[in-house]
Amino acid sequence: MNWRSIRAIVRKDLRVVFQNKGVSIPLIVLPVLVLGVMPGLAALVPRFQDLPGAGLTEIGDFVQRLPSGLRAELAGYNEAQTLIVVLLVYLLAPMYLVLPLMVASVIAADSFAGEKERKTMEALLYTPTTDGELLLAKMLSAWLPALGIAWGGFILYGIVVNAAAWSTMGRIFFPNTMWVILALWVAPAIAGMGLGTTVLVSARAETFQEAYQVGAIVVLPIVLMVVGQATGVMYLSTWLVGLVGLVLWAVDVVLLWVGGRKFRRTELATRM
Amino acid sequence: MDSDMRSDPVITCRNLTRRFGDVVAVDGLTLDIHSGEVFGFLGHNGAGKTTTVRLLNGILTPSDGTASVLGFDPAGQGPSLRRSTGVLTETPSLDERLTAKVNLQIYAELYDVPVACVASRVDELLEVFELSDRAGEKVSGYSKGMKQRLALARALLHRPALLFLDEPTTGLDPVAARRVHETIRQLSDEEHRTVLLCTHNLVEAQKLCDRVAVLGHGRLLALGTPAELVHQLGCRLRLEIEVAPDEVGTALDLLNSALTSATPTHENGVITLTGAEREAIPRVVSLLATAGVRVYRVAPQEPSLEDVYFALHDQLAWSRPNGKRGSSMSGHPRTAAEGLKGLWEVTA
Repeated sequence: MNWRSIRAIVRKDLRVVFQNKGVSIPLIVLPVLVLGVMPGLAALVPRFQDLPGAGLTEIGDFVQRLPSGLRAELAGYNEAQTLIVVLLVYLLAPMYLVLPLMVASVIAADSFAGEKERKTMEALLYTPTTDGELLLAKMLSAWLPALGIAWGGFILYGIVVNAAAWSTMGRIFFPNTMWVILALWVAPAIAGMGLGTTVLVSARAETFQEAYQVGAIVVLPIVLMVVGQATGVMYLSTWLVGLVGLVLWAVDVVLLWVGGRKFRRTELATRM
Repeated sequence: MDSDMRSDPVITCRNLTRRFGDVVAVDGLTLDIHSGEVFGFLGHNGAGKTTTVRLLNGILTPSDGTASVLGFDPAGQGPSLRRSTGVLTETPSLDERLTAKVNLQIYAELYDVPVACVASRVDELLEVFELSDRAGEKVSGYSKGMKQRLALARALLHRPALLFLDEPTTGLDPVAARRVHETIRQLSDEEHRTVLLCTHNLVEAQKLCDRVAVLGHGRLLALGTPAELVHQLGCRLRLEIEVAPDEVGTALDLLNSALTSATPTHENGVITLTGAEREAIPRVVSLLATAGVRVYRVAPQEPSLEDVYFALHDQLAWSRPNGKRGSSMSGHPRTAAEGLKGLWEVTA
């Protein structure tokens, strides 16, 4: 492996991505919303308990509808604390996964399909880089920033929720084991899924927009998690999160293997 | 380049073929290109020029046949080969969101230019191609000529032994085009690099190329020096005759009645006879002078690569199953047979 070439392509791709406001603005705005604004507001919810129609009397009913495993984990918290934990630890957890997924998908779409659209791929194909180096560099261009956002976001989220909910919780309650697994095991895997799907889609897509829009289908599992938790059908237990991560890694391997077969010079040159 | 002094070939193709489904983009190409040559690939769009460049750089694999480039098999040793080749693609293929300097720096790393040399090499090329003043600007603000120069600079970053230039002067103004021509000649004459030039521009090919290959529908139609091709194809002179304006009609009548297989054309008072043999010139002059036509100028035009090119493509159109007789590439109402054989003769 020629790591100098790989570094050069990663640097090039990231410079190009962040020169595009249509790509870079969502990459900044979404983390601020998901990691700052949403948990900040959620942490303030118990403070509105005295407002008419906003009391916590229904919390008990809500907790009774939660899966028994989650009810057990919430034992010992008062109603306000329960609301905080349910919102910040469980309901917002899938939203956190949107970040690495979106970052990986957007950058991969720009790096793979965008390069085709800008007609800059041909010059890269004429360089001495091997197909493997080229693919690895392009995957790292998308995966490393997604990982950075995921892990940086995890730390930021922890600081925001602990600070915002301090008056209600009175102690550091985040992260729990489930979140550590979510950040370290699932987030890299879901970034890989966004990346792998986009690589596959980009093999056919002619433009960045097309690749990104078609690739957005990977957000579906996250939507299912949000709905499942909100309706009380499921909750993100430590074991479930671990299992989801395992499945995602398996999907990643398949996606990247298939995508890698499509990302070959001879294939790409045929379509130019 | 003197053909007798050719070294071992740097490019060897034997029956090189590439198909895309039912379409044969390159069809049994067999040729050798020698070190230090400026070799021209001529052909229309879709003739197979760009596909051949891709095959020779190992970014496409052949469907059939073999190639050797600088001693490497492009299909199996592409990365090693591409360390020694530089390619100017048909579109400049530059990252327009980045500056010229960053574009060159990144490709210097991709071509493994030694770390200590990257900055100096980039600055040197920016200077040579007169881009230093705007090296820090994004390429999106560059003119087409500047982009083309920058792309050429990128192709030269690693001092390749073999350079592929695909339509290097397309869209350039005459001054920029001449600058590119000078660079190509310099690369061959002074630095002894081999240049493979793909072009539609026949004047450019005639001016720059030691040898040319004419491609049509993926097939090699002709190969040789421009002079050899003219000779091989029996292309004849084009004769321009200027007579007194009030005697153009008389002259045309005389020539029409004396010529058996060609019709003289005239434009702006100048009569043009295409396909003349040198020996026919005194006979034409004599014919007109005897009839009392005042002849002011008789200018034989040597056949050019352009004549060869059109003759070959007319022949190709003629030989195709759906080739339409009379719809020649040159725009003249000639048939393929006429394009290749003597077009006229003067009866006694």
